[in-house]
Amino acid sequence: MLVDKYPKEIDRILAKFPPERKRAAALPLLYLAQREYGHVSKEAIREVAGILDVDPTQVGGLVGFYSLLHAKPGGKYRLQVCTDLPCALRGAEEFAEELCDNLRIKMGETTEDGLITVEEVKCLAGCDKAPMFQLQAPDGIHYFENQDLDSAMELIEELRQRGDDA
Amino acid sequence: MPEHILLRHRDIPEIADLDVYLKHDGFTAFEDVVKNQTPEQVIETVKTANLRGRGGAGFPAGVKWSFLTPGVFPRYVVANADESEPGTFKDREIMEGNPYQFLEGIAICSYAAQANTAYIYCRGEFWDLAHELEGKIEALTKRGLLGEGLFDTDYSLMIYVYLGAGAYICGEETALLSSMEGEIGHPRLRPPFPAAEGLFAKPTVINNVETLTNLPPIINQGADWYCSIGTEKSTGPKIFSLSGHVERPGNYELPFGTTFRELIFEHGGGIRDGKAIKGILPAGASAPLLPATDEVLDTPMDYESVPKVGSQLGSASIIVLDETVDIAWMAYKTTSFFKHESCGKCAPCREGTYWMYHILNRFQNGNAAPADIDLLNRVALGIQGKCFCALGEFSITPVVAGIEHFRSDFEALTGDGK
Repeated sequence: MLVDKYPKEIDRILAKFPPERKRAAALPLLYLAQREYGHVSKEAIREVAGILDVDPTQVGGLVGFYSLLHAKPGGKYRLQVCTDLPCALRGAEEFAEELCDNLRIKMGETTEDGLITVEEVKCLAGCDKAPMFQLQAPDGIHYFENQDLDSAMELIEELRQRGDDA
Repeated sequence: MPEHILLRHRDIPEIADLDVYLKHDGFTAFEDVVKNQTPEQVIETVKTANLRGRGGAGFPAGVKWSFLTPGVFPRYVVANADESEPGTFKDREIMEGNPYQFLEGIAICSYAAQANTAYIYCRGEFWDLAHELEGKIEALTKRGLLGEGLFDTDYSLMIYVYLGAGAYICGEETALLSSMEGEIGHPRLRPPFPAAEGLFAKPTVINNVETLTNLPPIINQGADWYCSIGTEKSTGPKIFSLSGHVERPGNYELPFGTTFRELIFEHGGGIRDGKAIKGILPAGASAPLLPATDEVLDTPMDYESVPKVGSQLGSASIIVLDETVDIAWMAYKTTSFFKHESCGKCAPCREGTYWMYHILNRFQNGNAAPADIDLLNRVALGIQGKCFCALGEFSITPVVAGIEHFRSDFEALTGDGK
């Protein structure tokens, strides 16, 4: 249970908001749940709802709405390539396709070893440094810019080496 | 090269370090207003400087602040750092490169608004940046530049970072408030405006990152100095995010009134690979596409001039398209963005972007009939003027202007429709 494992972190999150407006802590708590479980399961939704004193359906709606919250498990890392217009003008679509081919998956799929899910996402505010992607990792979200197939594969290899230590 | 007013890290690379920022007049403006000025005086200065909101709407910040319901407390200030417009990446550079000037801007705004709590609503993707900012806030608190009883007065201020979770709509200020209150990021009906009932139903000021970052120099150097930069009605410096088919994409801090031609061909180094320019999206995906005629290229980039040639300056994210770009594909890309980002609250946007997307998809798949061009235009115009918020209205603008100026690109992709 999150409340047993992270009491201090939960208190710190709740302290940012007026006590009668606890629900404002929903997104930070959902991030905490996702970090803990890898995705936001129904059980995690119930836990967060319990902390906030709201109905689980109200919390569940958020998971469906916000693109960084995932109701279903994916790879350990989600490699999210921006293919929006400005990035596409600088070769992002070709980059994304090459990357998927190289990993022998289709867009949206996960590599056989469960390490990487490649996804297309909308503008990440890195348009001048395309092709670029963000890596949604267990410890947070990190940007990788001015990428090509070699640099991306190098990163993936590094993540693979890191194994369970990460 | 003149010195930067906002992107100061380009002149002083270590300015993201608090000691360096303090050495370069950091927090003198905030100290000055807290010790020596009333909130009303600060608001008056910002009004005289005619600081206009850099998030896209261009509304005068001082006027916005003066709408706060008198006598109602607590009040909140929210910095809108949900930068998500395709082609916009200026707020991110400010927060990464010159974070303390941004934080001082929040502090000055909070004092003027008589708020003791401010939040930074950072888009969730800026995870690393948000954690950096939290560290900077802690450093300021340790130095006594944030916290209780600032500069031996009774003024207190706390700043918190709030991380969004991936939704373009949350850049719309009322949707941002919904999101911060733990709800789905749906926009709210106005009035009441946030200045009357904002965060937690209290009077709230919401300003864009770039807007707030203008405040320390305005306080330090005065409204007259500020008005000497830019044009008469669009005062001050502006960061133009330049992307697409240019040699040197990036942010360029220039005075309002700089022409598209100067930005693209002098600063941006011209079109990549010696190609010709075809069109310009001056405000990301959210304003009409402009054909790159001489008249357009010689247009000054300010809030008054760009509408005269048929578009908007918005957040000044200039996406440049060269001659190889098929405008039907461009419309497909911008519509795909809006279809994905539509929050679903109102039907014209939710259904309209869906249908525009599906028609545009036919052009991409070679299944479009000639009649689909007018059908697309009709669907787009059917959305116009009926959406709950501006996002839906924005969604049609690249499409309608694309058909108007480059109809032949659409025609070239039509067959018998089978």
